[in-house]
Amino acid sequence: MAAITEALDLGQLDRSLAQRVSPGRWEKILSCIQCGTCSASCPAAHAMDISPRQMWRMVQLGMTEEVLRSKSIWLCSLCYTCHVRCPRGIPLTETIVRLKELAMERGIVSSPQSEAFYRAFAEVMRRYGRLREVEFMARYFLASNPLAALGFARLGLTMLARGKIRPELPRLGGEGRLDRLFARVAELEEKR
Amino acid sequence: MRYIFYPGCSQEGTALEYRDSTLAVLQALGADVQELEGWTCCGASVASVMSELLGFVLPARNLALAEKQANGRDLLTVCSACYTNFRRTFATLAANRQLHQKVNQALELEGLAYQGTLTARHILDVLANDFGPEAIRARVKKPLEGLTVAPYYGCQTVRPYSPFDDGQRPTSMLPLLEALGVKVHRHSREASCCGTSLLMTKPEVGLTMVGSVLEACEGADCIVTVCPMCHMNLDAYQDKVSRLLGRKVQIPVLYLPQLIGLALGLPEEKLGLRRHITPVKF
Repeated sequence: MAAITEALDLGQLDRSLAQRVSPGRWEKILSCIQCGTCSASCPAAHAMDISPRQMWRMVQLGMTEEVLRSKSIWLCSLCYTCHVRCPRGIPLTETIVRLKELAMERGIVSSPQSEAFYRAFAEVMRRYGRLREVEFMARYFLASNPLAALGFARLGLTMLARGKIRPELPRLGGEGRLDRLFARVAELEEKR
Repeated sequence: MRYIFYPGCSQEGTALEYRDSTLAVLQALGADVQELEGWTCCGASVASVMSELLGFVLPARNLALAEKQANGRDLLTVCSACYTNFRRTFATLAANRQLHQKVNQALELEGLAYQGTLTARHILDVLANDFGPEAIRARVKKPLEGLTVAPYYGCQTVRPYSPFDDGQRPTSMLPLLEALGVKVHRHSREASCCGTSLLMTKPEVGLTMVGSVLEACEGADCIVTVCPMCHMNLDAYQDKVSRLLGRKVQIPVLYLPQLIGLALGLPEEKLGLRRHITPVKF
């Protein structure tokens, strides 16, 4: 694997990561010219360990572990600013979603809060077909950091008082509203 | 004007007032609105992280239901994340026949198939372009003169799948606001990100993002949004942002239909202004 400062030898590139996270249009990722528009546009770049511009070079180089273990992918809030500004037309935001999926699949999520967030949301969706916000919040805080819930306690009480949320008890047992559809999707994804 | 309404999950909970005020304004404008029967979650920002295919199947399930019920109606969404998921699914499946087939293989389980004929429209698009400022101006009973309003579009309302406004410098709210008699506070963060779920998973980063939007809106009497996620973040975290900035920031945040409803003289119980965290006082 080439070091990040060396000139790229296209013949030696490890394209597996680009192909995995951008099926059908991975050549687009190879067309990144490192202009840095994405980094300059990203509202969360200041908090990232790898800047968006660096991340695309690392994807080009196939540095899978380093990219998937980065904090950066979990700081993307899907604002699509880099996507609309990229002069090469690379679908950056959606490629980050694929990187998140791959990190989840391989069990190397560097942000336990993010993992708890996605898993709790998906679980509530599967069970009820719709998001039950209070149950989701409860599951999220239990799985991530129950103490952090204290920081939200005052807001939660205000929301109860204003009727924005209602106490909800989880329904236990029985078939989830979307169990079968989720299972069918998993089955179809196996075949790819 | 006839629509099928896809409320989205937040409209049954934290954003109930967005739904109520939207339906009240549409009724006042003479729209014929039917709720989508049997709708489920669009997948939000979550489904496609769990599985790429699930991220298309969940929106497609609702689009397929809407096609069955449509009969010439447009599918109306009020949440910018639902809107983006529907439009992304429409655009992606139209360009990828193999994926489209796979999505329908999954939907077969529920006796559904998405034909790819219907996509979603956003309430801002509908208000700005189907009805327009003149129709609204004609129904204004209490002009909101003397009120200064900061428009806030957020991200996914205008990009990247939205055809009705500029993705970086949107303007579609301006004529609507002017029709209500308000003064518009233009600012540099109208299409910036509210931080979405980072407020929960990475609060220190999310609060910086919300703070930068609130700061840009200072000087206005209120902020107007068209997305439940943006509303939650801008409305509910003003105490925390104030602590971060070391000074008090307090700006009421209204949904656009709530502000229109006020000017149309609709009753408070339809507008739900008392449900907001930051008190709505002008």
